Amino acid sequence: MKPRAGWMSLATQTRPPSVAPARGESAPPPPAPAASAPGAPPVAEAPDAISVRDFSLFYGAHPALKHIGFDVPAHSVTAIIGPSGCGKSTLLRSFNRMNDLIAGVRTEGEVRVAGLDVRSADVVELRRRVGMVFQRPNPFPKSIFDNVAFGLRLLGIRDRAELEARVEQSLLRAALWNEVRDRLNRSALQLSGGQQQRLCIARCLAVEPEVILMDEPASALDPTATARIEELVLDLKRAYTIVVVTHNMQQAARISDRTAFLLDGELIEIDETPRLFTSPSRKLTEDYITGRFG
Amino acid sequence: MSPAPRDRLAALPRGGPGLARRAWNALVLAGCGAGLALVLLPMIMLVAHIVARGLPGLSLAFFVSMPKPVGEPGGGMANAIVGTMILVGACGLIAVRVGGGTGLYLAEYGRGPFAGAVRYAAELLAGVPSIVVGVAAYGLVVLTIGHFSAIAGAIALAILMLPTIVRSTEEVVRLVPRSYREAALALGAPRWRVVQSVVLPAASAGIVTASMLALARAAGETAPLLLTALGNRFWSVALDQPIASLPVMIFDYARAPYSDWNQQAWTGALVLLLLVTAVSAMLRLAVRRIG
Repeated sequence: MKPRAGWMSLATQTRPPSVAPARGESAPPPPAPAASAPGAPPVAEAPDAISVRDFSLFYGAHPALKHIGFDVPAHSVTAIIGPSGCGKSTLLRSFNRMNDLIAGVRTEGEVRVAGLDVRSADVVELRRRVGMVFQRPNPFPKSIFDNVAFGLRLLGIRDRAELEARVEQSLLRAALWNEVRDRLNRSALQLSGGQQQRLCIARCLAVEPEVILMDEPASALDPTATARIEELVLDLKRAYTIVVVTHNMQQAARISDRTAFLLDGELIEIDETPRLFTSPSRKLTEDYITGRFG
Repeated sequence: MSPAPRDRLAALPRGGPGLARRAWNALVLAGCGAGLALVLLPMIMLVAHIVARGLPGLSLAFFVSMPKPVGEPGGGMANAIVGTMILVGACGLIAVRVGGGTGLYLAEYGRGPFAGAVRYAAELLAGVPSIVVGVAAYGLVVLTIGHFSAIAGAIALAILMLPTIVRSTEEVVRLVPRSYREAALALGAPRWRVVQSVVLPAASAGIVTASMLALARAAGETAPLLLTALGNRFWSVALDQPIASLPVMIFDYARAPYSDWNQQAWTGALVLLLLVTAVSAMLRLAVRRIG
């Protein structure tokens, strides 16, 4: 894994910026990045954990996402930013088909996540490989142990010793073990907001996903708890691929390797985070990150 | 320009709200207090009266001995106490399963005309007088079996409880936060699993409370029991035989022209009150322990 370097050195990395088609154009699918182009020489980097090709999503007749195309390399953090209602969460929820819950949603194009074609994959298998952390901490009204063990029990693991080992491991990885080790049987609702969110991360880690989706994971937390979640994200990317939706641009800059800027359902720009924030190639991006709208 | 916050505070009239506003406040408060008293007073009077009239007859014998024939002093309502417990237990088993299942269906899957019809049926049922339910159970169960029975009484009481349980279960299940469901679904849980291991446990306290309210009502029903369980002066715990129950016993004893029977009716009422209170308190405690 590459160490987290300063912004300027990151600018020399190899991945070309892929610029989405201008707004209003009848957008062709964006050129596939070199790493996954047919016939391209194998690249040293790991294969993409997520690839999105000409993906559109409609709520009834209303298009919420329009011809989105980009890739997320494995073991990286990608931030999705954009003003409220631009489709950030909808895009994130397309990766584990949480949009299925909403009546009247229709999609076009292709999304591959963790090697699965999202549209045709078995949704249970997909969601095991793609974990999700929500905006508000949402532990079940059960004990701390049962929260983390929930996904394991879904997988049919009943053996007490194995459950205990995997719960401990997950809590360790979520940096929560030391705070809860002697009260695993207490209700999860007694934990603080930040602890609850780390518990939700542990719950999601327990089933060993490959990709973790986070929908504004720190927006309901205080600054200290936020800092701990951010540290955790940086730590977790060594083992997982992470996509974070946030409307906090400082947060995107602190934790992500790449940042995607979404506006009105269109992908305006996706690039290495330092480059997107210092020299965006689109005027719209610049206007947004300098606070001229949104 | 709007003034700075401090200036705006200073602009408020000094000395607090004016006389008219304070008078109005006192008036509304007094109105609320009067309403509260009107609600509490009948309840307190009722309970006090039952305790005062029932207490003199309360003894261990009342709980453990059988009714005596007319003219013999003493005796108790052991058969009626046990009978009421059996009736309420049996009707609870039926009503909580059927009603809870229906409520769960309405909350989780209830869309379209069929669910609407079910909901409407539950509402209609709530408005049916208990004596009519008794007649229906008489026609459906008693005439089919050929004689009065405890199970006919339990079915009549269960029908009376159904609307309350269906509607409250639906509401309580709907109140389970969406975020719980999303969390479980995002972990790959299929829909039935989400309902079984997340939604139902989270809603259980509410379902039990609603069931208790309905059970308490059912425990005191008399009219449908007259037409179904009938009553029994002898010891019987068989579900297919007529069974004694406190409300019917109280009804018989209160009408009788013997003063010692009237006394026993008062004591029976007190015991019924205590029984319902005790059972609902215990269930509430149990639910709090689980949740």
